[in-house]
Amino acid sequence: MHGIVGWGSYVPRFRIKVEDIAGQWGADAAAFKRGLLLQEKTVPGLDEDTITISVAAAKYAIARAGIDPREIGCCYIGSESHPYAVKPSGTVVIDAIGAGPECHVADFEFACKAGTEAMFVAYSHVKSGVMRYALGIGADTSQGAPGDALEYTASAGGTAYIMGGENVAAEIVDTYSFTSDTPDFWRREGEFYPRHAGRFTGEPAYFHHVLGATRGMLEKSGLEPADFRFAVFHMPNGKFPLKAGKEAGFRQEQLEQGWVVNLMGNTYSGSSPTGLAACLDVAEPGDRILVTSFGSGAGSDSFVIRCTDRIKEIQKKAPATRDQLADRRIYLDYGKYVAYRGKIRMNQL
Amino acid sequence: MISPRYHREIPQRYRLEAGRCADCGEIHFPPRAVCRKCGARESTTVVLPNRGKVVTCTVVDIPPAEFDDQKPYVNAIVELENGVRLTCMVAEAPPDAVDIGTEVELIFRRLRCGREWEVLQYGYKARVV
Repeated sequence: MHGIVGWGSYVPRFRIKVEDIAGQWGADAAAFKRGLLLQEKTVPGLDEDTITISVAAAKYAIARAGIDPREIGCCYIGSESHPYAVKPSGTVVIDAIGAGPECHVADFEFACKAGTEAMFVAYSHVKSGVMRYALGIGADTSQGAPGDALEYTASAGGTAYIMGGENVAAEIVDTYSFTSDTPDFWRREGEFYPRHAGRFTGEPAYFHHVLGATRGMLEKSGLEPADFRFAVFHMPNGKFPLKAGKEAGFRQEQLEQGWVVNLMGNTYSGSSPTGLAACLDVAEPGDRILVTSFGSGAGSDSFVIRCTDRIKEIQKKAPATRDQLADRRIYLDYGKYVAYRGKIRMNQL
Repeated sequence: MISPRYHREIPQRYRLEAGRCADCGEIHFPPRAVCRKCGARESTTVVLPNRGKVVTCTVVDIPPAEFDDQKPYVNAIVELENGVRLTCMVAEAPPDAVDIGTEVELIFRRLRCGREWEVLQYGYKARVV
């Protein structure tokens, strides 16, 4: 049996409410809240980035796994906001958590799917037996252009998973990927903000791939939606994952626990991994969880996960995702928000 | 800070690695080549606990230019659970949230961005528990 031996989510404390963004642009906040099913989003602190978020999440994952970090054989970080253009985020992370230097490191990119890519490869390494433990992280400090619809959702956070074959808390039973060339959302080299194709990001992109991967996963595993306690779908906004879940045959109560987007926003590469963590935080032995990510460009990874008896032993060894969402929120106004996100031009030092 | 010095200090800044004197057991943070208590030159590496209390603190209203966007912020001397003291910035805290005795944890944060072409620098800060 191979799968998750430890997980950890990190949620920044700063928030901005939909009303504060809409008020700045003369937009109808109530309409945005209804349309996106979202109240507020996380904002990274001035001293936070994908690296610091990854370190915090990885430390929580190590605490749950109860392992010596030097036994981690690889560290893969999926993000579209790596702080460096040339220098892997993972080099800093492994030295901060004490996993180096005997550790394979790479940064992954695939829009919002990069986190599950990192999980997928980490899982494959332990399943093949080439290493004892493998670390896969999805983290982002995503950006939306001022006034763009993305500004209401693009947020910050991340989740780390340690995969292994001993003391497995949640077995990865099966995986499935579904990918095609679909230009729904992109950012070319040197551009600060991403571009998107508006409504084209819906049916041909998000729903085609999320439903394609989910249905493929169910068919491959021989399972039905009713066999799962929880299901998590990538959360670009509040509405899409609920619609995709219902179209795939899942009930509202299966979707709610991992649906963190209304309080967190879209954490891009950290989105579906963080939804999964919120489910693992409360799961019982024997519970099955289905997770399907989505990355623009476009593709989806789907996982069938089954919790073991060990899950109850490690849930309380690190902060739960939803506790962090509720804990010590610090609200920013729009002026502070744009300063925190580097959206205004300041005097050079 | 130039890259070679930053690189040398990674063990202490990233992982809170201190030196324990092999003779008298005194803990030095950052590590020292010679024990300040007994003069011994041998030491072993120990990792400091990441929880402690504020011994004293000050509010920085007029910081160096590169920290101007973070003002006002709090700098504190923190005594960790094993008695070792260190100085650091307190993240996320409005000045009135930090006082003598405030319980804090040490967290990993970006310390300096510098100019666009410079290396990013990371290390520990405190955060109110």
